[in-house]
Amino acid sequence: MPGALLDVAANEPSDDLGGGGVLLGAQPLEECLFSGINQDRESGSAVFEAQEGSRGVCRWVASYYNSMRIQVAPSVMPDFQSSLSVCLALIALWGLIGLAGLLRPASLRFAGRTLFPLGALCGVALAAVAAVSLALPPEESVLPVGLPELPMHLRRDALTSLFLFLLGVASAGISVFAAGYFRRGRGTSAGLMCLQYHLFLASMGLVLLANDAYTFMVAWETMALSSYFLVTTEHGIAEIRRAGFLYLLIAHVGAIGILLSFGVMQGGSWQFTFEAMRHAHLAPHWAAAAFLLALFGFGAKAGLVPLHVWLPEAHPAAPSPVSALMSGVMLKTAIYGVLRVSFDLLGQPQWWWGLVALAAGLFSALYGVVFAAVQTDMKRLLAWSSIENIGIIFTGIGLAMVFNGVGMHSLAALALIAALYHSLNHALMKSLLFLGTGAVLHSTGERNLGRLGGLIHRMPWVAWLTLVGALAMSGLPPLNGFVSEWLLLQSFLFAQEVPRSFVSMLLPLGAALVALAAALAAYVMVKFFGVIFLGQPREPGLARAHDAGMLERLGLAWLAGGCLVLGLLPTQVIGSLRIVVQQLSGATLPNVAAPWWLLVPLPGGRASYSAPVFLIALAGVVVLTVFVVHRLYHRRVRRAAPWDCGFGGLNARMQDTAEGFGQPIRHIFGALMAVKRELPSPFDPQPRYRVTVGDRLWQSLYVPLGGLVQRVADAFAWLQQGRIATYLLYSFVTLIVLLALML
Amino acid sequence: MRPIEIVTQALELIAALAVAPLFLGWINQCRAWLQNRRAPSLWLPYRGLRKLFHKDAVVAETASPIFRLAPYIVFGAMVVAAAIIPSMGTRLPFTVAADAIALVGLLATARVFLSLAAMDIGTAFGTLGARREMMLGFLAEPALLMVIFVASLISATTALPAITENLATQALGLYPSLAFTGVAFTLVLLAENARIPIDNPATHLELTMIHEAMVLEYSARHLALMEWAAALKLFNYACIGFALFVPWGVSTGAGSPLSLAASIPLLAVKLTVAGAALALIETLSAKVRVFRAPEFLATAFLFAVLGLLVHLLLGG
Repeated sequence: MPGALLDVAANEPSDDLGGGGVLLGAQPLEECLFSGINQDRESGSAVFEAQEGSRGVCRWVASYYNSMRIQVAPSVMPDFQSSLSVCLALIALWGLIGLAGLLRPASLRFAGRTLFPLGALCGVALAAVAAVSLALPPEESVLPVGLPELPMHLRRDALTSLFLFLLGVASAGISVFAAGYFRRGRGTSAGLMCLQYHLFLASMGLVLLANDAYTFMVAWETMALSSYFLVTTEHGIAEIRRAGFLYLLIAHVGAIGILLSFGVMQGGSWQFTFEAMRHAHLAPHWAAAAFLLALFGFGAKAGLVPLHVWLPEAHPAAPSPVSALMSGVMLKTAIYGVLRVSFDLLGQPQWWWGLVALAAGLFSALYGVVFAAVQTDMKRLLAWSSIENIGIIFTGIGLAMVFNGVGMHSLAALALIAALYHSLNHALMKSLLFLGTGAVLHSTGERNLGRLGGLIHRMPWVAWLTLVGALAMSGLPPLNGFVSEWLLLQSFLFAQEVPRSFVSMLLPLGAALVALAAALAAYVMVKFFGVIFLGQPREPGLARAHDAGMLERLGLAWLAGGCLVLGLLPTQVIGSLRIVVQQLSGATLPNVAAPWWLLVPLPGGRASYSAPVFLIALAGVVVLTVFVVHRLYHRRVRRAAPWDCGFGGLNARMQDTAEGFGQPIRHIFGALMAVKRELPSPFDPQPRYRVTVGDRLWQSLYVPLGGLVQRVADAFAWLQQGRIATYLLYSFVTLIVLLALML
Repeated sequence: MRPIEIVTQALELIAALAVAPLFLGWINQCRAWLQNRRAPSLWLPYRGLRKLFHKDAVVAETASPIFRLAPYIVFGAMVVAAAIIPSMGTRLPFTVAADAIALVGLLATARVFLSLAAMDIGTAFGTLGARREMMLGFLAEPALLMVIFVASLISATTALPAITENLATQALGLYPSLAFTGVAFTLVLLAENARIPIDNPATHLELTMIHEAMVLEYSARHLALMEWAAALKLFNYACIGFALFVPWGVSTGAGSPLSLAASIPLLAVKLTVAGAALALIETLSAKVRVFRAPEFLATAFLFAVLGLLVHLLLGG
């Protein structure tokens, strides 16, 4: 039995091993004993490692003590293929589905009715396998593919399982939606899009499974390239090409950072496997350099300010399922990267790294949500909202690093659990919202908030399901957004106990900023939902809007159901997250005995929350009120025109616009924005009002940087003389120099 | 769960529901005394509710189900909030399921649904009110959260009854941080409950309305529930203030029927004094322009953060 204690004499052969349950279909114990390494006779202990078995990796460790009791801790699943192989097979299946799209590239029906639902089923299967394998010990594998010195190493541990689960669940809903979404448009054909989409999914899965730098970077690059092609689906439009280029540029700038970070982390051994990086002991300043490079690189992909400029451009440019996938899942692979590097590969993170991550996260959160509140394009609004949520996740990670660095391990676990929970939540919530905008875009052809309105009457399914997403994003109990916010605030509550005085004073202020960001998120969501779905239609063409199809509704409902489940069963989710955090950082939350419906993260009666009881109480009161009022009084309703103060002639244009709804934020936070206003004067024959809100960081950071790069490139332009004789001279000189160096 | 706890919980709920309109009536009475005029009867809010319940509901043609559902949700949120706040006793079984942060979340739920309902009809006034309410909310909610945070830091828990118990059983030691947060809380109370200087509850000018603009379209039972919810909100805020800053008199510890019975007249006294103080503040202030309301709330937020810093620096 795994984990059983056996009594075995020192040199006895292995006939009797307690019913054979130990062997697990791999080598017998004697072979393992005699292939033992690292025998340490003095201390009376020895560690034995089996070699690779025929059924995947058989790697288990038996400790041999003086008393001759052997405790066997196997790390292989008993009867069937290891979960790593299953995950890899599902990812390969995604690749195959993508390639199958090339068989009939022009057929929408084939891609839409067959391939995308198949991809969704793969996603569900992947999520199921990942959920089951979360509690299992880590598994490793080496594939005979890759460079001669560096084959592909793969590893599936609890962190990977969690993010694979996230990938599977989110992509299932999005794929189902996409099956019903894609219509004939200009740009990429359906089959090609199927290839790019499933390659995107497969590469994200491979990033999560990678156990060496080569596999990681290949998968990362594939992810960036496939998503670039997806973003530029409608490449006929110049604006979309420009957005795609910016996205690719910043993705590669980030990739350089990650590469350099891996380069620092190998620490002189020139072995690029993650295992070697784990064992490399870096000097503190080198470890700090590796962390900062990784934060830069992964932050560029995640959208940390100031590397966020590609997000508000790329997400609106991409088709909505792709935006959902990018915002919901791809940003989380960057979070995975940061966690893997800082907690796993670099060992113990230093406490001041946490402060850097915390500061970057808080600034991103506030910057993102302030800009989200003033947007007039519904997808840009959601993109900026993603920046805010990534900032909150980084805040949680930073807080965990600080607590870890000063030795408060159970609180580090709480903060890390809050960050992971928020990653899960955001994946589902943001995907749901983006898919809702996709349905609206298809139905109305409008992305501009100023031309939408009143769609709840025409598209009830989309509206009500998007409402679930909007309420979840606002952090309202009992949905899932509230749980992660609650956990984060709880972990901030204990920041005053940090031994370093200056830090312990600054950290609770972080709670104030998180609360501010959360309140603004509610503002943004009321604006988003209210302007699009409520009120009166601002354009006459909206009367032709139709509700989403069956597959689209299914995708939306899947994600909304996920939000509900994550909100109502936090204890169970945290039970799984604890395993992840334990494996990742060694810290764990203390066990608190509580019923299944009650969430008590820390002992001592400090805080508790029960989502099911809360929901039952609220729903119960509402239903009771409805019942009592209808019983005691009546339920008569008369319909009439809206109140117009006796003016008459109120039309739909007199509702608040998106600019109007964002005006208070623009008024208060105007210093952060580059606002350009065009006001009408009384003497204009055709008065017009225009306000554009720009990102000040673009003007002050990127434009000068771009100018500098241009100037440097121009300075080198004198090399390009245009005459072939000069170029031949260059080759000749280079050859002479190289020969001189070699000889 | 002991019977005394269930009785405490039920009593608090019934008291909140029954007394909230009376509290409003008392505040109007005090305002009238201060302004040298005759006030309407103390029981006028009750008569108003009864009148409204009997009427036929007139709903705009452009309304969606959210419009008709929102009053019930807002009212339900306020009732559940009343179940969390320890106004009479600190042994409340429901507070195991919801702590102070969940309370702020409940208030946010009410605000969000109110704003959504206001935007639902699609007139200029509703959307204007929604925008203004969310603007006040995004500054008031963090300020309230910071006030509760400071109290949580002092008591090492976020469960509101535990905070009250902790603060009530201390000797009359003053916490300077609570002084700052008390000011912040008063400012937040004025803003969130649509009192002067943020919003005039008795205004008829639509362009100056914030809360009233959101309920402009409601009539009959929906309006009755909204009005009752607004009264409950003020009552709840007052009780939060008592729980955090004037916790003495609340039945603490294991709770005996005698201490519970003694807490009721004490609560009545606290409410009387609070109502008079509120009326005094309202009479002495003028309504600020809507553009200045964020400054007002930013002051509240900064006071709360100052209270936090004072607590961290001075440990008290």
